[in-house]
Amino acid sequence: MKGGSGAVLNKSMEKNYEGSFHIVGGDFSRAGEASTELKSILQSLGIEKEIVRRASIATFEAEMNIIIYATAGILRYVITPEEIRIIAEDMGPGIEDIELAMQEGYSTAPEWVREMGWGSGMGLPNMKKNSDEFYIDSVVGEGTRVEMVIRRQIFSEGRSNDH
Amino acid sequence: MTVGEIIKNLEAMVITKFLPDETEIDWACATDLMSEVLYYSRDSSVLITGLTKQQAIRTADIADIRVVVFTRGKEPDTPTIELANEKEITLLITPFSMFTACGILYERGLRCCPE
Ligand SMILES: Nc1ncnc2c1ncn2[C@@H]1O[C@H](COP(=O)(O)OP(=O)(O)OP(=O)(O)O)[C@@H](O)[C@H]1O
Ligand SMILES: [Mg+2]
Repeated sequence: MKGGSGAVLNKSMEKNYEGSFHIVGGDFSRAGEASTELKSILQSLGIEKEIVRRASIATFEAEMNIIIYATAGILRYVITPEEIRIIAEDMGPGIEDIELAMQEGYSTAPEWVREMGWGSGMGLPNMKKNSDEFYIDSVVGEGTRVEMVIRRQIFSEGRSNDH
Repeated sequence: MTVGEIIKNLEAMVITKFLPDETEIDWACATDLMSEVLYYSRDSSVLITGLTKQQAIRTADIADIRVVVFTRGKEPDTPTIELANEKEITLLITPFSMFTACGILYERGLRCCPE
């Protein structure tokens, strides 16, 4: 796993911050490290607690799916004064029926994954729930790409659910 | 309910260094499924789980949960305890089963994280 541009951080947040993490499929020993590191980057930028929590949860679920289902993947982030954008892209089996995969409770996780506490079919729905924008794209036999945007400005109308 | 009260009520053993005795815990989340924790939990809740693995600590940390209770006296391995110490998460072991631990805390007024 490679750390991103998180080394030199500046609380004023005038610039954009970008970075990426390489995720190795099947490697449960390091599962969650990338998301944990992104979380501390977001915290060190002084981003509001609830926004950090939502972004971290969505990223963690995306990271776990790469670890569980794919051979390898990359987790990219772009932080601007307006939003946090997370792109999780993997080389893996892909998803045949995205609509089905998005349903709460749908899971193809094998037994060993369930023993590790995963595989309740809540990951993708939760990524969507915590994002203001959510896009998923998948090609069977090639891989899956998830892109999520969490806006840093909280509007009184609340989050949009129209994606 | 404070962390101190949870420890007392569950006759729990504290196995990490960090002890925020007076910290208020508003909600409880009891499950072995980590995605359920990430979906339903709130911050300032306690996680009650039988999953005595690093995954439980990672999940708690991501979800801003500061207290984790392992049920049925199950002891985690050293890396799990070390991770909890590093993340300043308080790890407790209760001799009670998940059902009984939840029953005790419910009776004393603690409730499930609201949906
Ligand atoms: N990156 C991926 N590559 C291939 N298949 C995937 C990927 N992500 C999800 N899937 C498929 O979609 C299903 C639903 O995913 P989701 O994250 O919602 O639940 P889960 O991973 O099975 O369980 P949980 O996330 O609750 O631990 C998975 O079981 C799997 O079949
Ligand atoms: Mg998942």
